[in-house]
Amino acid sequence: MPFEPKILGIFCNWCSYTGADLAGTARIKYAPNVRIIRVMCSGRVDPQFVLKAFQEGADGVLVAGCHPGDCHYIEGNHKTMGRIPILKQMLNQFGIEPERFRLEWISASEGDRVAEVVNEMTEQVRNLGPLNWKSATNTKDLGPSPL
Amino acid sequence: MADKKLKLGVYWGASCGGCDISTLEIAEKILKVIEIADIVLWPCIADFKYEDVKNYPDGYIDVCLWNGGIRNSETREIAELLRKKSKVLVAYGACSSFGGIPSLANLYTKESIFERAYKTTESTDNPKEIYPQTTYTVPEGDLHLPEFYGSVYRLRDVVDVDYTMPGCPPTGKQTWNVIEAIATGKLPPKGSVVGVGDKTVCDECPFEKKTEGVRIERFKRPHLEKPDLTPIAELNNKPQCLLEQGFVCVGSATRSGCEAQCLNANMPCRGCYGPAKDVDDQGSKAAAAIGSLIDTKGDPKRGEEIAAQIVDPVGTFYRFGLANSILRRKVPSPL
Repeated sequence: MPFEPKILGIFCNWCSYTGADLAGTARIKYAPNVRIIRVMCSGRVDPQFVLKAFQEGADGVLVAGCHPGDCHYIEGNHKTMGRIPILKQMLNQFGIEPERFRLEWISASEGDRVAEVVNEMTEQVRNLGPLNWKSATNTKDLGPSPL
Repeated sequence: MADKKLKLGVYWGASCGGCDISTLEIAEKILKVIEIADIVLWPCIADFKYEDVKNYPDGYIDVCLWNGGIRNSETREIAELLRKKSKVLVAYGACSSFGGIPSLANLYTKESIFERAYKTTESTDNPKEIYPQTTYTVPEGDLHLPEFYGSVYRLRDVVDVDYTMPGCPPTGKQTWNVIEAIATGKLPPKGSVVGVGDKTVCDECPFEKKTEGVRIERFKRPHLEKPDLTPIAELNNKPQCLLEQGFVCVGSATRSGCEAQCLNANMPCRGCYGPAKDVDDQGSKAAAAIGSLIDTKGDPKRGEEIAAQIVDPVGTFYRFGLANSILRRKVPSPL
């Protein structure tokens, strides 16, 4: 069985989620590997969501928001632009390959862009293989109690 | 507690010894402690042996203050022993509570740590490249050393912990608060975090935020630049918040209780009191708070450039609690 990456998508309601919806109604075929969670704004994305996703078994995380200047809440994606670069540095320090985490600006009319990004990311993560983060944190693997 | 003294145990795991010494910060109240408690284990200051502890009946120790993280099998074994022998086990200090600074070793593997410690440090003279072994046979018999684990763990990862007391070290005031609570039987429900406030360090800080419209254009390093300490009229005659001035301060993501000692010495908070109430992962909260203040002006490139000025974000935001974070360590690696 070839490895099927599990990618978590966190998409903002106004632009990127609507764009993903458009990909659906336009019957665009693309990789089924992304599971999308809708948030109202990409500025809502707490780095904890991304870390938790990896910890719980995601092989990749894709955050999508409105293009700079187009945020429904005016400045919401300004927060995203400040936070995500720090998160990217942190993921790098944790040894998570950069291809596993992606930030994209996708508008409501860019259904084809959703398909393009998901297809590309799925293949990149497939080549990297599963992340399997939980295996690192299982303290039961410390072995039997010395007592 | 009138005629019966409390049996007090203090033990150190992967620790710097600072928590043991910090108990003296209660100053003259140490005399009160001696009045109400008998020390039955305290490697830092007294010569009790592990055999003595093994011979204590279960639950003999009324309170055991455990500082230090779990790095090897000896520490784990003693943690399990002391859990059996203690009525109340307190994770005292950042290391036992969250992993502490030792848990930054989780950014490395056992192999790379051994290589550095036993081969490549500038002062190591080990031409035969000898590493410690867990078992070694000599004519007189077998010698044993503890097994070095692949990661640093919190106390609660290996035993049930009754109370968690953050701080590197906990302040004298908070140490006395907890000792007093124990002595008078006025402890909160088991599992609570004690010796803390309910808010973040901002609540106790001598600096004041301007808040409206403030963004960080450039991050400043405290060893290279001095903060502006001018009192500002609109800020109740307090100087401006250090984070707003561009110094990386994680106080907004750190539990209160320390009375902002570092801020009162004009140094930004480094987060030793751990995550705020009801928060698990301190580092991501700090990254989120500080990231949202970056003056991106709606330009992702600008956001990246300014964010890149934060040197070592994992080390900075998880300085005292990498073992307590969501990811716990760098990449899945053999334990």
